[in-house]
Amino acid sequence: MKIKLLKYFGYLILVIFAITFIYPFLWMISATLKPEIEIQYPNLIPSEFSLKSYYNVFMKIPIGRAFFNSVFVSGSVTALVLIFSSMVGYALAQLKFRGRELLFSIMLLTMMIPFQVTLIPMYVLMVKFGWVNTYMALIFPAMISVFGIFLLRQYFKAFPKALIEVARLDGCSELYIVFKLVWPNSIPALVTVGIITFMNSWNDVLWPIIVIRKQELMTMPQMVTLFATGGQADAQMGTILAAATLLAIPVVVLYLIFQRQFIESMASSGIKG
Amino acid sequence: MITREEKFGWVLASPYIIYFIIISAFPIIFSLILMFMRWNMLSSMQFIGLQNFFTLFQDPLFWKALINTFTFLIIHIPLQICLALLISALLNSPDLIWKSFFRSTFFMPVVISGVVVTLLWKQLYSTETGLLNNILLGMSLEKIPWLTSTKIAMPAIAIMATWKNLGLYIVILLAGLQNIPRSLYEAADIDGANKIQQFFHITIPMVNPTLITVIVLSTIGGFSLFIEPYIMTGGGPLNSTLSTNLYIYQQAFSFYKMGYAATLGFMMAFVIFLVVMLQRKYIEREI
Repeated sequence: MKIKLLKYFGYLILVIFAITFIYPFLWMISATLKPEIEIQYPNLIPSEFSLKSYYNVFMKIPIGRAFFNSVFVSGSVTALVLIFSSMVGYALAQLKFRGRELLFSIMLLTMMIPFQVTLIPMYVLMVKFGWVNTYMALIFPAMISVFGIFLLRQYFKAFPKALIEVARLDGCSELYIVFKLVWPNSIPALVTVGIITFMNSWNDVLWPIIVIRKQELMTMPQMVTLFATGGQADAQMGTILAAATLLAIPVVVLYLIFQRQFIESMASSGIKG
Repeated sequence: MITREEKFGWVLASPYIIYFIIISAFPIIFSLILMFMRWNMLSSMQFIGLQNFFTLFQDPLFWKALINTFTFLIIHIPLQICLALLISALLNSPDLIWKSFFRSTFFMPVVISGVVVTLLWKQLYSTETGLLNNILLGMSLEKIPWLTSTKIAMPAIAIMATWKNLGLYIVILLAGLQNIPRSLYEAADIDGANKIQQFFHITIPMVNPTLITVIVLSTIGGFSLFIEPYIMTGGGPLNSTLSTNLYIYQQAFSFYKMGYAATLGFMMAFVIFLVVMLQRKYIEREI
């Protein structure tokens, strides 16, 4: 009897928490469809539907362009991270060369340096390279992921050496081995690295705010941030939340499709988005 | 004699080596030099010795930002750990239905941009037209000046950050809990220990290594507090939500004090290192 009561109490807590997590998002979507005056109330069904908030967003900022920029930047970063992490991870896992252990220790060390230290010199570097206000500033610093190298190295270590030897005897190049032999057998690890890289890149906002000033090069998080804080939205809450909803949609759609992969990737990596 | 394997090892590792030189080694060395310079990026660099450090120690805004960041951490971390522990323990019960629904729900804010979460909560917290205050009024309670009071603004941001990140820590702790052998609980049942006793005498000690990971991760994450105050309050009211990162950002990109900003960055790296070391030492001994 007592155990049963405890169990129902546990459910009650979980349900209350679940509501505090779902309700604000539903309310946000509903707020974008409500008349402005109604936003302050907790009802989820608007008294009258209107797409005016979305219309305002599209009229006031080139959000379509920002969407393209975000897709382009996050897509390129993810592709490059997968390619480079695989090459380096494979070298560290399967090839014996002098300095390999040293390289690995350096990597461990660089992971512990907080970004507060490198932020300013990185910006100076972007200025000197002439990359401020270019896609390069957004893509280049993100195209190597030490976390990705680590995870893939771990995974590639389990790949049978004998298969690699056979491929070499057949005259395959090392690049061919990485991308045509090891890759097809490493899909789960590649998905993990891909998801985390894409999500981090899509949601990053501090770095874009620093290196991008031209509106036509802004990614979605930066454009929405400046739109909401810069007064362009005329303090229209519905319009601001509509911009926020548009920013959330792509990642939410990906999340709803790949829920399990998202959760397992983030849990195993223990890194923060 | 260089073997084929040796050669290809270096060739395949070269992207990282190039990256390391440009993106890690150079910035760190450059940052070390900048600490002793005055530089606004327009005129040439000027060597000023330890002046930046003297400025830092006498800079009331830096200390205010540091205290603010600690205020944030002191509310955010215990709240987050307790809630994550509670929820993950509930989710770990063997016969729970809808487990993956709950897990996915709590994880949702983790994947969504901090910009979205902050804009949403900025509305919820709004004093006059905010949803939270309207609900409070509906229950005939007083309005709370969430973001306009110097005392409440930082705790309000800490609550929001907890809501955003909780799911990640639930999932990490849940993985730790699932590694605890069921037989321990069964033995405790036989010995007549109740669920609460089991939680404190089996669950907590067994999940301790995961707990330390979670505490360290959320500390490092907490020190990177930036976009939340940037959007919500701009550091106000009266600098009460100015975080150290927001301060570094302002010094570097609003006032172009590059040397001083680099000094602040190094100082924060040192503080983070110190806090994490103390946590590890203290927690490992206590539990």
